[in-house]
Order: sequence, then C-alpha cells, then structure tokens
Amino acid sequence: MEVTMIDNPVQNPQREQRAPAPAAIQPEEPPAFQVENLSVWYGKKQALFDVTTNIPSKTITAIIGPSGCGKSTFLRCLNRMHELVPSSRTEGSVRLFGQDLHARDTDASIVRRRVGMVFQKSNPFPTMSIGENVIVGLRLNGVRNRAILNERMEKALRMAALWDEVKNDLNRPGMSLSGGQQQRLCIARAVAVEPEVLLMDEPASALDPIATMKIEELTQQLKANYTIVIVTHNMQQASRVSDKTMFFYMGKLIEYGETKQMFFQPAEKKTEDYITGRFG
Amino acid sequence: MAFQSANNHSLRKAFSFLVSVGTFFCAILVIAPLGIVFFHLVDKGASSVNWDFFTKLPKPPMESGGGMANAIAGTLTLLALAAAVGVPIGVLGGVYLSEYGSSRVNWWLRFFGDVLNGVPSIIWGIVVYGLIVKPTRTFSAYAGGVALGFLMLPIIMRTTEEVLYLVPQGYREAGLALGIPRWKVIVHIVMASALGGITTGVLLALARVAGETAPILFTAFGNSFWNHRLSDPIAALPLQIFTYAISPYDDWHRQAWAGALVLVCFTLLVNVTVRFLTRGRTVKV
Repeated sequence: MEVTMIDNPVQNPQREQRAPAPAAIQPEEPPAFQVENLSVWYGKKQALFDVTTNIPSKTITAIIGPSGCGKSTFLRCLNRMHELVPSSRTEGSVRLFGQDLHARDTDASIVRRRVGMVFQKSNPFPTMSIGENVIVGLRLNGVRNRAILNERMEKALRMAALWDEVKNDLNRPGMSLSGGQQQRLCIARAVAVEPEVLLMDEPASALDPIATMKIEELTQQLKANYTIVIVTHNMQQASRVSDKTMFFYMGKLIEYGETKQMFFQPAEKKTEDYITGRFG
Repeated sequence: MAFQSANNHSLRKAFSFLVSVGTFFCAILVIAPLGIVFFHLVDKGASSVNWDFFTKLPKPPMESGGGMANAIAGTLTLLALAAAVGVPIGVLGGVYLSEYGSSRVNWWLRFFGDVLNGVPSIIWGIVVYGLIVKPTRTFSAYAGGVALGFLMLPIIMRTTEEVLYLVPQGYREAGLALGIPRWKVIVHIVMASALGGITTGVLLALARVAGETAPILFTAFGNSFWNHRLSDPIAALPLQIFTYAISPYDDWHRQAWAGALVLVCFTLLVNVTVRFLTRGRTVKV
C-alpha cells in the first residue's frame, strides 16, 4: 500500500465487517456517528443544547431548521470545523464508528480526512488548475506517486459526474468552470481523499435549478459509498434527497426520523409549523 | 418661509463647484512635484546618461568621463542583501498577524510596526553601525544590507498582512476540511493565492529603500571601486549622488544628475512592474 500516508491510522470497523460478508443476512449496520450530550458555546453564547443522536451510515441525513438554529454548528462539530472559531467550546462527545472525534489526542486533520466537507459557496483554489484542485488534498497530505494521483483524479471526477465535461481541460484554472461545475469540482476534491463521510453545508443554495438537480442526483449516487449529512434551507430538497431528517430549532434537536415520516406526519408541533412554512 | 428661494440654491451650487475645483487643484499640487522633478532631472541629467555611465568606474576629480557602474551594482547588491533579511522576516511576521495572532497581540504588533515605520532612516544606520560595523571593525555591504532590510521590515509585514486578509476565509476552510495541516494550507493555498500582492509589497519596499542614503552612510560607507567581498565597503547610487552633488566639479555634478535620473527611473519602473503584475488578479494590494 503506497498510499498509507493518507489512509486512516485508526481501524475502520465498517470496512472490516464488510470484508467477509456472506451475502445471506446483513447484520444491522452500526451507526456512523454517535453524538452524545453535545453542547457548543461560542464565547458566552450557547449555540447547541445537549444533542444526543445517531447518524446511520450509507444514508443521506438532511438537517433542516431556520437560520441560527444550530444546524451548521452541528454539522461542523462532525469534523471539528467548529474549532476554527477561537472562542468555541464543546461538551459531550462525537464518535465516528467508535472513535471519539473530539478527544484531546485525536488529530483534527485526521478527523477531517475521514469526514470531508462541501461548502455553500463553491471554492476551488484560484491558483490551481482543475486537475490540481482535485488532487490537492492527496498531494499536500504526502502522496507523490504521479500514477496514483492521476488514477484518483479520474476516479474522483467520475464520482462527481464531472469527468466527461472536463477531461480535456484538466489544466485550465478551476475558476474557469461554471458555478455548478465548480461545486461538483469541490465534491470531487472532497471525495479524492477517500473520506468515509461527506458533510454538505447548503451545497446547492447558490446554484440554478439545473445545477441543483445535478448535485441532488449526485448525492444519490454517492450514497452507495458515503454517509452523507446535508444541511439545507430548502425543504423540497430535503424531502427529495434524504432518507432521514433532523429538525433543529434554537440550538436544540427537536425531531429526528425518517424523512417521509417527518414531512407527512411530524410528531412535534414545531416541526409541522416549520415544514408548512408558518415560520422560518 | 422655511426654505429660501432659488437664489440660495444657486449660491450653494456655486460654492459646491468652488470646493470641488479647489480640491482638484490640491490633488494636482500633490502630484505636481513628480512632474517637476522628473522634468528637471531629464533636463539636467539625460545628457550624461550614456553607455559609460552604466559600464565605467568613477574617474578621479578633474578627469572627465567615467561612470557609476560600481554604484549601480552596489545598490543592486545592497537590495539583494536587504531582501534576504527583510523578506523572510517581514513576510512571516505578516503571516503571524493575519493567520495566527490574537487581536490583542496583533494590536501591539501593528502599533510597534507603525512606530518602526516612522523611525527616521538615519537611526537604522546608527543602530546597525553599533550592531555590526563596530564589532566587525569595518564598514561592509552586509551592514548596509541589514540596515536597509530593517527599514523594509514594517512595510513588508503590513502589506503581507493586508493581502492575506483579502484571501477569502472559504479557501482556508476548504483546505483544512481536506485534512491538510494548517501550515501547508497557509503556504500552499493562502499565500499562493496572495503571491501577487506579497510580491507587490516586497517590490514597493525595495523601491522605497533603494533611494535611502542616511543608513548607507554609516554602514556600507561607499567605495570608488568595485566591491570584491561583501565584508568590504560598497558603493551605492544614492551615496554616490550625494558625494558628487556636494563636490566642486562640474563634471561630477552632471553625473550626480544622471544618477538621480536613473534612481527615479528605477522607482518608476518598479511601480509600473507592480501595476502590471497585479493586473486582474483576485487578490491585490
């Protein structure tokens, strides 16, 4: 294995379990994330209150809720991006297949290689070509073998459904692509490091309907290999793409269930009010 | 009659017009010296800027001809030494301010940076005289380079900080979210995006110190011949201009004018280069 440098040093129980798979009875998949009593403060302001939940693997979980409800904070806690705010502080634990991501001796950059992220605003690196953008995560994590880099580049671009559009333009700047293509390039960049989870923070909110549709189709394809958590403001989008939905309000996880259930028969009054557009 | 008639209105318009004309003339006055200086230098110095000026050593007094080749080479050498001191320290200081420092520490760093920027350049000459010239018992190119390098530090630090601030936060987040270590994100993504701006800051700082005379006087000292070792005194264009300008010889005066013209053209060239470099970049000064 030449690529050990970016492979996760921690064991991955999910992959181990799958290895012997005797096609007969699938044991129930362990959850990807186990979040226990997670609270987050920014300075004195508490942004998240005592969230306890599981996020299943190889499914799409949508997080909905009004602005400032803590959904982005929750998402960022899943790969420790919340730490970029210097005044942030957390209590409780977040485990990914058993490993405590917030533990003191867990390296944030290793967490982020396991849990990739796509942002609201597409942000290809302006100094890099399309190809360089895709492999930058591998290259700057120590992979030098050109053959491996090229192979992963093509694989990632194919996964992001971008290969056919850019295969002849890999040396053009990443910024030369259209908005929707840029966002798919960012998805390719995130999957190139082969994470286990993909977090998406309103990945389509800046895109036109056609580009949005492409991103949504893409999430359905990626679901086969990745656990996906997607924050969205768009309720139709949540109902279209996700298997499970979480509703956050005022920093609390109000309701969590099967997406169909949530949208047709929400258990909580607040969820119903939000989904039917009475506030938010 | 709360509001006065059209009379008042036209008065206001006239006054407004006068103010705009007045400020325009002040703005012209600000840049007028550049035109006057440049015209004067071309008038007095252009005739002495010739091939010999760039290729020959100075001649002894009363002999005509000769050039400032050693001073031009000396100034370029000093600038290279200054860059070797000022660029790494200044750029890394700017990186600290933009990427690492807390707002309290940054406030003090910026404050002292601004104070340093305001310190008269001759002070740097004296400081380096005490730090390097006295202990080594000789004026040297090294000492001159260090003095100019100190002068560049606060300028480079601030411009670096400012252009790094202009790099959108999204690029840092995207890099970190790929699991790339922070220092690599800063070097390969943030600084790479701001390279045009950082280069601009360095070039402007070089242009700014290229004409400094006072700090050179106490450190590089000047030299009428070629410099062969950096631990020896070295000539510099501004110093040579100074020496020639206060001399009693007409020929030296002409050469001083020519030297001044070359120096101003160098500054102009750097500024034009900077404009060219930063044209159409996403991040600039």
